[in-house]
Amino acid sequence: MLDADFFRRWLASVAAAVEREADRLTELDSPIGDADHGGNLRRGFTAVVAVLEKEAPATPGSVLTLAGRQLISTVGGASGPLYGTLLRRTGAALGAEPQVSAADFAAALRAGVAAVAALGGAAPGDKTMLDALVPGADALPTSFAAAREAALQGALATIPLQAHKGRASYLGARSVGHQDPGAASSALLFEALTDAAEATATGKTPGE
Amino acid sequence: MKMLINVAETVVADSLRGMAAAYPELAVDVENRVVARRDAPVAGKVAVVSGGGSGHEPLHGGFVGPGMLSAACPGEVFTSPVPDQMVRAAAAVDSGAGVLFVVKNYTGDVLNFDMAAELAQDEGVRVAKVLVNDDVAVTDSLYTAGRRGTGATLFVEKLAGAAAEEGMPLARVEATARRVNDTSRSFGVALSACSTPAKGSPTFDLPAGELELGVGIHGEPGRERRPMMTSGEIADFAVNAVVEDLGPRDPVLVLVNGMGATPLLELYGFTAEVHRVLRERGVAVARTLVGNYVTSLDMTGASVTLCQIDEELLRLWDAPVRTAALRWGM
Repeated sequence: MLDADFFRRWLASVAAAVEREADRLTELDSPIGDADHGGNLRRGFTAVVAVLEKEAPATPGSVLTLAGRQLISTVGGASGPLYGTLLRRTGAALGAEPQVSAADFAAALRAGVAAVAALGGAAPGDKTMLDALVPGADALPTSFAAAREAALQGALATIPLQAHKGRASYLGARSVGHQDPGAASSALLFEALTDAAEATATGKTPGE
Repeated sequence: MKMLINVAETVVADSLRGMAAAYPELAVDVENRVVARRDAPVAGKVAVVSGGGSGHEPLHGGFVGPGMLSAACPGEVFTSPVPDQMVRAAAAVDSGAGVLFVVKNYTGDVLNFDMAAELAQDEGVRVAKVLVNDDVAVTDSLYTAGRRGTGATLFVEKLAGAAAEEGMPLARVEATARRVNDTSRSFGVALSACSTPAKGSPTFDLPAGELELGVGIHGEPGRERRPMMTSGEIADFAVNAVVEDLGPRDPVLVLVNGMGATPLLELYGFTAEVHRVLRERGVAVARTLVGNYVTSLDMTGASVTLCQIDEELLRLWDAPVRTAALRWGM
């Protein structure tokens, strides 16, 4: 079973991964976007860690909804509303239970991913974060490791695609050959899940 | 890349502190990132609010003042502002007559303003929105996010702002803004890429002997790259692209806009060529504005925006305006 502490560890682990990978995300965003993805997510997840420390919500659902609200308030761009909606809607789907099963989490995350698709009007194959989120969420019932691998492969599979949404779509055929920065950051979310699970097993804080 | 900054993290806040120092008639909230008319809310008047990523100065903060914007929300460099800023701005300038959000068509701006509109309406502010999408370089099809909002933003903000100043109700200010967008088209070219403070180097690689046709205002590459052309050849290409999309009706407002690092010497020369092409095509010019208004940091290059106008729009264009970057008649 997963409790509020697990989800706090998860988000701390995402923040550490974003910190580590910020320059790479911005590099990915340079040729097809506007070179701000890494910095924007770093600002957002730093704020998430800070607010979770301050308010310490008691349930998985409230951890995620608070984190989502914080991302919407701090990130800006497209990734603020999209990642904010992902966490808020996943949190809302988890309800007020003090502990949730991995299966509950997988179902809730699928609801969150569906909300992202509805907000952005995108579908898998459009070269967006959904190309990592959808396979990652689909593989989550198997194991965190399977979700991590599926999301990573999904992100890499955006390289040959032509973008149909967001700023990269303005490039048309010239967007081909670049990994989508949103899919790359989404893969970090799943990578952080395995880190959080390990940290939970060993009693360590992610990023240490 | 050398830049006149302290550190990249404080570029936007530092810039706002400077605006506050230079323009006491503006109420600049550096912490919450809102630039507003100091006399707002103005009783009985619709408020016009816009915002977007920083790096396009003087857009939008430079257009705040009587006759134009009531408030602007600057985001991080090339990143849309967040809903909290927009809600705060709307609440600060709403007199009860409602607020018009002027939104450039970029996914981030659209999503954040949509969320802000919902939140502001929850707080009892009447909100209308107009989307600016004037860039003919981008194909508008089912498969793209639609055309970008670029130079026409200035026309929409000026003409909607003047409509609000005249005391028109929200629905008419909104309709005016929509009409201006519908009759405006832009095309931009870049001679060099821009450098964001966070990255510190050019965001894309443009060889010395080439130019980028159809460039956006975020350093995002355009659609086509060609060997360097003369000012006259660029004017032919850009004006033809705009006129063919807009239709040859007239008269028009002309904006010859610098991308931030092209000298006025070159922009005036380019303006002469733009006028020549319009003359050759039989399009009458009502007014022309030349300068750096919708910029892309240190990018060199220019864009051309045309807006077809009627008597009412011309009256609104000529109406007094007093902002940091645009002022006449008062």
